[in-house]
Amino acid sequence: MTTLEVRDLVKTFGARRGAGAVRAVDGVSFALARGGTTALVGESGSGKTTVARILARIERETSGDIVVDGVAAPRLGRRLRRYHADVQMVFQDPFASLNPAHTVAYHLARPLTIHRGLHGAERHSALVELLERVRLTPAEQIAAKHPHELSGGQRQRVALARALAPGPKLLLADEPVSMLDVSIRLELLNLIASIQRERDLAVLYITHDLATARYFSDTVLVMYRGWIVESGPSDEVILDPKHPYTQLLAEAAPDPGRTAPPKLEGRSVVEAVPRTGCRFAPRCPHAMDRCRVQDPPVIPLGDARATRCWLYEDSAPGTAASPDSGVT
Amino acid sequence: MNIRSDVTEPVLAVRGLSVDYAAADRVRAVRDVDLVLHPGEIVGLAGESGCGKSTLAYAISRLLRPPALVTAGQVTFTGVDGSTVDVLGLEDEELRSFRWSRISMVFQSAMNTLNPVRSVRRQLHDIFRAHRPAMSRDERDERSAHLLELVGIGRSRLDGFAHELSGGMRQRVMIAMALALEPEVIILDEPTTALDVVVQRDILREIDRLRAELGFAALFITHDLSLLLEIADRIAIMYAGRIVEQAPASEIRIAPQHPYTAGLLNAFPSLRGHRRALHGMPGSPPDLTVPIAGCAFAPRCPYAIGPSHDTPPSLLQEGDHAVACHLYDPRYSSGPPQALREGRFEISGDDSSGITGDISSDDEGIKA
Repeated sequence: MTTLEVRDLVKTFGARRGAGAVRAVDGVSFALARGGTTALVGESGSGKTTVARILARIERETSGDIVVDGVAAPRLGRRLRRYHADVQMVFQDPFASLNPAHTVAYHLARPLTIHRGLHGAERHSALVELLERVRLTPAEQIAAKHPHELSGGQRQRVALARALAPGPKLLLADEPVSMLDVSIRLELLNLIASIQRERDLAVLYITHDLATARYFSDTVLVMYRGWIVESGPSDEVILDPKHPYTQLLAEAAPDPGRTAPPKLEGRSVVEAVPRTGCRFAPRCPHAMDRCRVQDPPVIPLGDARATRCWLYEDSAPGTAASPDSGVT
Repeated sequence: MNIRSDVTEPVLAVRGLSVDYAAADRVRAVRDVDLVLHPGEIVGLAGESGCGKSTLAYAISRLLRPPALVTAGQVTFTGVDGSTVDVLGLEDEELRSFRWSRISMVFQSAMNTLNPVRSVRRQLHDIFRAHRPAMSRDERDERSAHLLELVGIGRSRLDGFAHELSGGMRQRVMIAMALALEPEVIILDEPTTALDVVVQRDILREIDRLRAELGFAALFITHDLSLLLEIADRIAIMYAGRIVEQAPASEIRIAPQHPYTAGLLNAFPSLRGHRRALHGMPGSPPDLTVPIAGCAFAPRCPYAIGPSHDTPPSLLQEGDHAVACHLYDPRYSSGPPQALREGRFEISGDDSSGITGDISSDDEGIKA
């Protein structure tokens, strides 16, 4: 069963058309199903956070469809509130995402009232239950605290509890651990994973870190400059990357267990995004003439994998794919 | 490059260094740290935020300002020419000429460190004007261009400004500036933390290449142990202001001794290795305003024994591996438990039942 489907999502910043326009998200399509975690991996500027912000309705898409359980995502009003009961987000910075003037209890009480209509003792017991679920105990004491009295890890748990309060079906987690200390990252990721299983959530885990993406998710989508360039089961994509960009990322990532020094093919120097052809072509060690003029299609590689690269044109004969085929 | 630590004189030796922040509640940020750096060596200093790693770096390069206060210890610099310098004793002019020419620093945030309204050329020239007043303008120009090329940036960027450079290029400019006076020691404080992985990898390779070419020693500070394991020759692990383990990088990776090190190694998933369940470390680092009686890590440690809670562990040196943990001290323990020997952080079922029993009885002993 599909929880959320994104079709041909586009977000343009700056001028509406012409040279000033930046296509931060350029024709992104994927689907998230309940009970699964999908990692959206990319470097800064890839558009991964913009995708999450559009899904959370913080940012407005330029074009494209977002469908949750068969219903188009609303932009405003009462229907948006209902949408937010289903789709919630945890942000990267736990120091900025909580209001310093309010207690933990206030942060959790609001969604419990707004989305679940709870008040008084009922609301309080739901609040305590949430805090205990994210392992913030003793819950009564934590509830009375202000954000500044909590560590980064504790704040991120409050943010998680707040996101869980409406009882969402989909959790968008935008780099939820990248600002936390190494020793507490896994605990939070493990916590999200166990809640995900327990509540049968769909989780979109947005990260730059391939290692946790592999550890934490079933499916990986690799984004580069607004395009999804590769998708598939996380083990397959990370252990056997097909797209030259994914290969570069996997080689560059720290890997204490590596047996040979990294072979870095491809340039790290940031170039302007080309107007035509593959966006990775200026950095790609395998770029051909055609890559610079013609957008590569999404090419399916077997059942669950796909890549957006001309190198694989022959691996799927007769499937001059439409942008969203295979990327599911 | 492999430097045998027993055959060369250290270029930098830190002995018994302690630093406090004299706030209303005195923060004991660095306590009794010993650390040596040999010529041409990269020593990694790893630890979480608040462990004192940056304070230590600032103390070594004399960048601490009140309320930070060095309360004990020595920092001795020995140049290739054999001259020794008591770094903590330097004053005014001596300090100015020592800093940057013998020890330089690269900070995490290159955007904040580079002057936004001065060109790269002027900032490089400033270094030479301050430290090499005899140099002519042409010499300064030539040397500045050479430095940029050394770190892989074309000389056309000399007239660029910080905002025109990408994050990776800014960090390269910072490295070029740090190398300007050919120092024997470079301290790198989280130099790649704010960068994307591909750029980070480039910078790491650059540092390694320059080290081989120019022969400086580097103290590389980061919270990212996986990165250090790849580039450092030796690694020191800091926790709550103390160095709790120090060993060659390969030993830290394969045979960590301190439970905290084992915990850190288990705290990041492997990129390509087997998928297995991993656990973070419970709890959080201690409040350094409160005096710590025993081992600072004991409250989070699954292997803690009785003395961990009331006696400070001493740094035990065996060969080139040093560890501050009671489990390795024959006075308190007959040796570390099997799980820790295998590099695991948690006590798991079968083979550790005996250990669990020991620990709980010890715990009860203390409470009573």
